[in-house]
Amino acid sequence: MANKSVAFEIKRQANPDAPAVWESFELEWRPSMNVVSAMMEIAANPVTADGRPTTPITYDCNCMEEICGSCAMRINGKARMACSALIDNLEQPIRIEPLSKFPLVRDLQVDRSVLFENLMAVKAWVPVDGTYDLGSGPRVFPQQQEANYPLSNCISCCCCMDVCPQFNEDTGFVGAATIAQVKLFNNHPTGKVFKEDRLRALAGDGGIQECGFAQNCVDTCPKQIPLTNAISDISRDVIIQKAKDFLRG
Amino acid sequence: MAAPRIIVVGGGLAGLAAVIKIAEAGGTVDLFSIVPVKRSHSVCAQGGINAAKNLKGEGDTTAQHFDDTIYGGDFLANQTPVKAMCEAAPAIIDLLDRMGVPFNRTPEGLLDFRRFGGTLYNRTAFAGATTGQQLLYALDEQVRRHESDGKVKKYEGWEFLSAVLDSNGVARGITALDLRSMELRSFPAGAVILATGGNGALFGKSTNSVVCTGSAQSAIFQQGAFYANGEFIQVHPTCIPGEDKLRLMSESARGEGGRVWVPRTVGDQRPIKQIPEAERFYFLEEWFPKYGNLVPRDVATRAIHKVVYELGLGLDGQPMVYLDLTHIDRATLNRKLEGILEIYEKFVGDDPRDVPMKIFPGVHYTMGGLWVDFNQMTNIPGIFAAGECEYQYHGANRLGANSLVSCIFGGFKSGPNALNYASNLPAAQGDGGHAAELARQAEINSKLLKNEGTENPFKLWRELGETMTKHATVIRYNKGLQQADEKIVELLGRYRNVNLADRSQWANTSFAFARQLKNMLELSRTVVQGAILRDESRGAHYKPDFPDRNDEKFLKTTKASFTGEASGPRFEYEEVDTQYIKPRLRSYDATK
Repeated sequence: MANKSVAFEIKRQANPDAPAVWESFELEWRPSMNVVSAMMEIAANPVTADGRPTTPITYDCNCMEEICGSCAMRINGKARMACSALIDNLEQPIRIEPLSKFPLVRDLQVDRSVLFENLMAVKAWVPVDGTYDLGSGPRVFPQQQEANYPLSNCISCCCCMDVCPQFNEDTGFVGAATIAQVKLFNNHPTGKVFKEDRLRALAGDGGIQECGFAQNCVDTCPKQIPLTNAISDISRDVIIQKAKDFLRG
Repeated sequence: MAAPRIIVVGGGLAGLAAVIKIAEAGGTVDLFSIVPVKRSHSVCAQGGINAAKNLKGEGDTTAQHFDDTIYGGDFLANQTPVKAMCEAAPAIIDLLDRMGVPFNRTPEGLLDFRRFGGTLYNRTAFAGATTGQQLLYALDEQVRRHESDGKVKKYEGWEFLSAVLDSNGVARGITALDLRSMELRSFPAGAVILATGGNGALFGKSTNSVVCTGSAQSAIFQQGAFYANGEFIQVHPTCIPGEDKLRLMSESARGEGGRVWVPRTVGDQRPIKQIPEAERFYFLEEWFPKYGNLVPRDVATRAIHKVVYELGLGLDGQPMVYLDLTHIDRATLNRKLEGILEIYEKFVGDDPRDVPMKIFPGVHYTMGGLWVDFNQMTNIPGIFAAGECEYQYHGANRLGANSLVSCIFGGFKSGPNALNYASNLPAAQGDGGHAAELARQAEINSKLLKNEGTENPFKLWRELGETMTKHATVIRYNKGLQQADEKIVELLGRYRNVNLADRSQWANTSFAFARQLKNMLELSRTVVQGAILRDESRGAHYKPDFPDRNDEKFLKTTKASFTGEASGPRFEYEEVDTQYIKPRLRSYDATK
């Protein structure tokens, strides 16, 4: 049996100020190969398709089980996780680029710290009194748990933000992931003590009204989080909060 | 006097647990992590976290949890810290619950529990099959809260290189590398907590994440820290073999009723569903009627090896067996196991609700790690360790769902202990050794970057992984282990001839990897040589030439120390604390 090969085109950029170039790679096909295993193969043999030595590719990657959220990139134009991008399901040559909406570090690595800053701004936590033993938590019925669990599955990959037409410097939009976390913590029996703060944080410029309902986020989310539901629920809550704040003067 | 500054290295469960305790006690923390902490390897834990809450009317107790853990670990763990952990576990679950972890619930709204390996009780709290993710996020959120209050400063994207030691050998801080700018810096601290996880990368492919190289542990081992019980490596019975890694298929699959089997006839060509029950070999259930599919991991792994390599019953002659969930209704599977079923679906392409999964054992966890005292401090004053990177809670084999509780418990203990230690630490003389350590690290970096060799570090690593997996996992022979040690020595020699394809000074991943590789090679020798010296079988360490446990000679903690000599580490042995439970024969054929 002749060895099948797999063709890749990978966008390279040595640093944020360097020009971007495309490099082609030709690798031997292996069963259950994915984009990350291809990148590992290139690191062990960093030579382009035309036989020119190059550098291993810089990219983020950690768990390779689509749970750590590291390896988001654009593969054949689609923002997705590289570890779960199986070669056999991709059209060739496989074109790989970094996410497009975040500051580039090098090659396929970008800086997504904006999401963590947003999570801080909306107080995405449950304010427990302390870590000493205060007995059991609030009672939560299975129906509630089943509603919250999907929201809690967000892996902070930022794919939803990359594909959102409104997520850009002009709007300063926080993006779907943060809004879903607001819903999660506002739903929590203790977390909801900050409900008003969170809604106000989403009420101004860059807040929830920037959403243009393109729905790309929910189509792209690798964890199938009900992002558009979260946006409409929180939208409604923000409007109510604004009205309350207005009446209170 | 201002509250001391503590450095925590590693942002998984143990590290974050330590950070929270320190911040809560008024200390300030510099938190270092290679990856954003929310992406740490704890996120991969699936099945659950153990605590004897006894919410199922079974009469479970913390004493029973303690006994299961000690027995499961084949009596190698010191009993005092394990006892304390098991007693603290129920309150840890309550705390996590208060922090908002979406644990699965009973109809009454209470915490639900399921069974895991090595116990007969429903003792494992769980959030679907992504418990580690949910726990990590809960702690990450609490740390973010302390960060917003200015008590925590995160250095994400920085890699720990070494400890800074003063002229008395006392820790005064660390050196670290910014993985983007490649800037080398030293950071002062009154105490350092290492919470740097496992070392699966020594074996090439494992269930571990990319960052689990053991590099930090090895670095301070080479600076004088003892490394304990390194030869005890857990091989998880149920993984999905892959090109890039071995993906874990959680023990919770068996906890929820999953059955392991192979067709009794080699090469049975019938469609799976047409193979009648009588012609299926449920070998775990037959061999271990009491525990069945929920024997501890070392036992299940050896059984699968026997079925595949001795009985020749692997599926289609391949090293694989079935893990079957198809008899359980889809709604239950989705409610309790969806996370792992999705992993199988995404990476293999079959729906495990319809078709039995094909699995095989894979390297998963290190029971061994940095030696620490009962206060979580290593033998280097001021350096503490918590989580998988230290050795003290699991003995010769870890029980499923005990890792999350040991991480959080160890973190909770190390944080206040480090703060207390640092509060009583006299000021350093001079610069506390910072300039000298920085110069040492700068020298290593510059030499590596300029090295004119021919060896690709990633290829060397593959060779290391192959030899380690072949000789130092499920079945061990002294001859093979010896070959592995010789191979490591060869690789250390070739490492001197390493060539970085990338010499740039910006986000250079080859450079960072090559530094880790040197540390991996050094640490591998503690695993291999520790295994050579231990001529017995205990827990995960199994030698067919020495099939029995030998308490007289080896009911002892292995302690390796670095010598810098060609012969490798020096070994000594320490008595195990067995003051509560008298060691007895471990056998899962019947009730213990």
